[in-house]
Amino acid sequence: MTAPKTFKNAKALLDYAKKVRESRKIRKREIRVCGGPGCVAGGSRKIYEEIGQEIDAHAAELKAAGLELDVTLVKKCTGCHGMCEAGPIVTVEPDSIFYAHTKPGDAKKIVEETLVKGELVEDLLYRLCDRKGGDRAHTYHDIPFYALQQRIALRNVGTIDPTDFDDFIAAGGLEGFTKALAMKPEEVIEEVEKSGLRGRGGAGFPAGRKWKSAVRVKKDRVWIICNGDEGDPGAFMDRTIMDSDPYSVIEGMLIGAYALGATEGYIYVRHEYPLAVKHLTMAIERLTAIGLLGDNILGSGMSFRLKISRGGGAFVCGESSALMRSLEGKVGEPRAKYVRSVEKGLNDEPTVLNNVETWVCVPAIMNKGADWFSSIGTPTSKGTKVFSLVGKVRHTGLVEVPMGRTLREIIYNVGGGILNDRPFKAVQTGGPSGGCLPADKLDLSVDFDTLTRAGAMMGSGGMVVMDDRTCMVDVAKYFTKFLIDESCGKCVPCREGLRQTYELLDKITRGEGEMEDLDKIEKLCHTMEVASLCGLGKSAPYPVTSTLQYFRDEYIAHIKDKKCEAGVCKPLIHYEINKNCIGCKLCKKRCPTEAISGENKKLHVIDQDKCITCGICYDVCPVDTVDIISGGEVVNNRLEPTGKAKLAATKA
Amino acid sequence: MTAKAKTKAPAKKKAPAKEQPVEADMNGKLDAIFEKYPKDESSLIMVLQDVQDTINWLSPEAMDRVAEELNVPRARVQSVATFYRSFSLEPRGKKLIKVCMGTACHVRGAPILVDELERKLGVKAGGAPTCDNHFSLETVNCVGACALAPAIVVGEEYYSKQTPSTLDKLLKKERES
Repeated sequence: MTAPKTFKNAKALLDYAKKVRESRKIRKREIRVCGGPGCVAGGSRKIYEEIGQEIDAHAAELKAAGLELDVTLVKKCTGCHGMCEAGPIVTVEPDSIFYAHTKPGDAKKIVEETLVKGELVEDLLYRLCDRKGGDRAHTYHDIPFYALQQRIALRNVGTIDPTDFDDFIAAGGLEGFTKALAMKPEEVIEEVEKSGLRGRGGAGFPAGRKWKSAVRVKKDRVWIICNGDEGDPGAFMDRTIMDSDPYSVIEGMLIGAYALGATEGYIYVRHEYPLAVKHLTMAIERLTAIGLLGDNILGSGMSFRLKISRGGGAFVCGESSALMRSLEGKVGEPRAKYVRSVEKGLNDEPTVLNNVETWVCVPAIMNKGADWFSSIGTPTSKGTKVFSLVGKVRHTGLVEVPMGRTLREIIYNVGGGILNDRPFKAVQTGGPSGGCLPADKLDLSVDFDTLTRAGAMMGSGGMVVMDDRTCMVDVAKYFTKFLIDESCGKCVPCREGLRQTYELLDKITRGEGEMEDLDKIEKLCHTMEVASLCGLGKSAPYPVTSTLQYFRDEYIAHIKDKKCEAGVCKPLIHYEINKNCIGCKLCKKRCPTEAISGENKKLHVIDQDKCITCGICYDVCPVDTVDIISGGEVVNNRLEPTGKAKLAATKA
Repeated sequence: MTAKAKTKAPAKKKAPAKEQPVEADMNGKLDAIFEKYPKDESSLIMVLQDVQDTINWLSPEAMDRVAEELNVPRARVQSVATFYRSFSLEPRGKKLIKVCMGTACHVRGAPILVDELERKLGVKAGGAPTCDNHFSLETVNCVGACALAPAIVVGEEYYSKQTPSTLDKLLKKERES
């Protein structure tokens, strides 16, 4: 459907939305292919093309079944469906059929069976348990991963084509904005405050209160900024929302602009997210063309212009004051917090900055009301939160659950438990500013306040699950290394404290640590926490302090027994081939340093002088006879044991 | 492919050593970039990104021109170029292999991949390109594809769930394409 050149008023927009929805009522089937990076890496673009070809090839049969392309049958490439582990994902609506692990070549089956005959393709359905012959889910409502979620921020993610304005509008897009326009700006702010929406970027500052204090500062100009600089490693919530539902992010900002009287805004997107930049740019162009950005929007007299700024790839730029310096074209260094950015932010003018997920919640609040939003969640943390559930968990992907669910519910019920049923060791929340929590903290409620009290934090929503094959000293070292690279270097405690901490941790993982090193580390961490300039420096020691608090034994094992239980720290491990070796010569062939000797069908031996502990032999051994030895004991199975399956994979 | 063929080390193709793009047409390319942005400091990062996308790195000459055109002190250009991680002050190979070092990738074995790639390519991550100028190796802090961990990105291609034993295949494919 062609949209009018410009929408003169809210009514014209709503009429158009109604028309689009009416025209879609005759749709009998919608086939959605996931276009998220996970599925694209698995070949989903090819599958999408093939589905198109198959539909063309079966046009006559489809017509007989009452399906015509673009009228009653629609195929589209959507944003991420969330369950990346099952990708590439194809869904068929309105039956909610969920095809997992599809491959190029499966398109024919899907079109012939499901579209023409209306039957399920049994072997593409998602398997509910790992066992062979186990039950398969007929729809995605049967899959716990989806059934336990409540999607507000992700409402359109995976269901609409992110490049299609009509798709967005048919899903109720811009309704929240038109409702806001019918209210007074103060009322909009009041509504946001009443909803209890807290900033999703990590700090959890109430959005309504931030907006209110910006209005109180009397100035000619207010800036609004969307923080899409998702620098936390292990998190991709914001990327997915910007990739998959760019219009809703902009709608949130439009509502904010109206409430705050802002005329200009920025979306700051990470350099590593090219697709988000592309989709947001397309959305801005489209909205500008139809008069939803620019002057006199929908005849309300409101003007708002939006620009995209690509970040330079610095973690510290996720900190609001550093981000604003970066927008000004400067080095992204934060400043002390006593000057508030709602008073003096970008170009020293009042600025309201919110995270992507916060902005995207705003239209939903306007649409369904503050009372609805505040009925979800806990007394102090309202609404839902998106988490990127990754690491050693069975169902990796994006999940959105109401605040107040326990870690256990998220990891075991939604995430399906630990990969290969290994023992759970820790969950790392909140990225480099958060901490690692052990098994006895699994029943903590996930909200802004509870996790902070336990020494971690909810942060922006990264949730990295770790099993017994993860070395906690190594994890602490990893975050410290990350933060050294990303520290802006402005203040001494963060810049030097991190470096010294890293040296000590590295010494421990090399097996040269001493017990007093632990005290030194704790002292350094304390100094960083109290004396650093910005929030990133203050929270920088948390990965170290939380692992020291909960996994001290592991540090001690590294120091006293020179043993890395998880088999990760290279200087503390070596590989040996045990007597079950079948002499297949596979490891010998693949060894990069020719350290393995042995004859056909005879026991192979690794020359420890030549071995560089790359782990390839361990990786390729079809019968898992390569052992990892640390501290004089076998500490095996660093990665997933797959036995014969692995043999098949190497042969294929 | 048979197991035998797969275990063979990829044949090292000696691509004719290519010179860095001649600087002669650089100015024309840069002019096109300057036209797109307002000529002040606020455009600095975007301009530098576009310059890097066009000539593959930030050469001193290019930075001189940026300083001149945007009317920003040369020292400021240098400080911004060295501060942000996405800028490279060294020429880079034709293809950039980015190994994700996000937490999810780390716990699933990304450091071993970097070691292996450094060894296979004979370069250091973040250092000079391979001698045939085909690849540069870099580590990045999370490409936001955590469900694919450990992930490697080459150009726009995402490689998911990599292990030391799958790297040969990746390099072969990228060498040929």
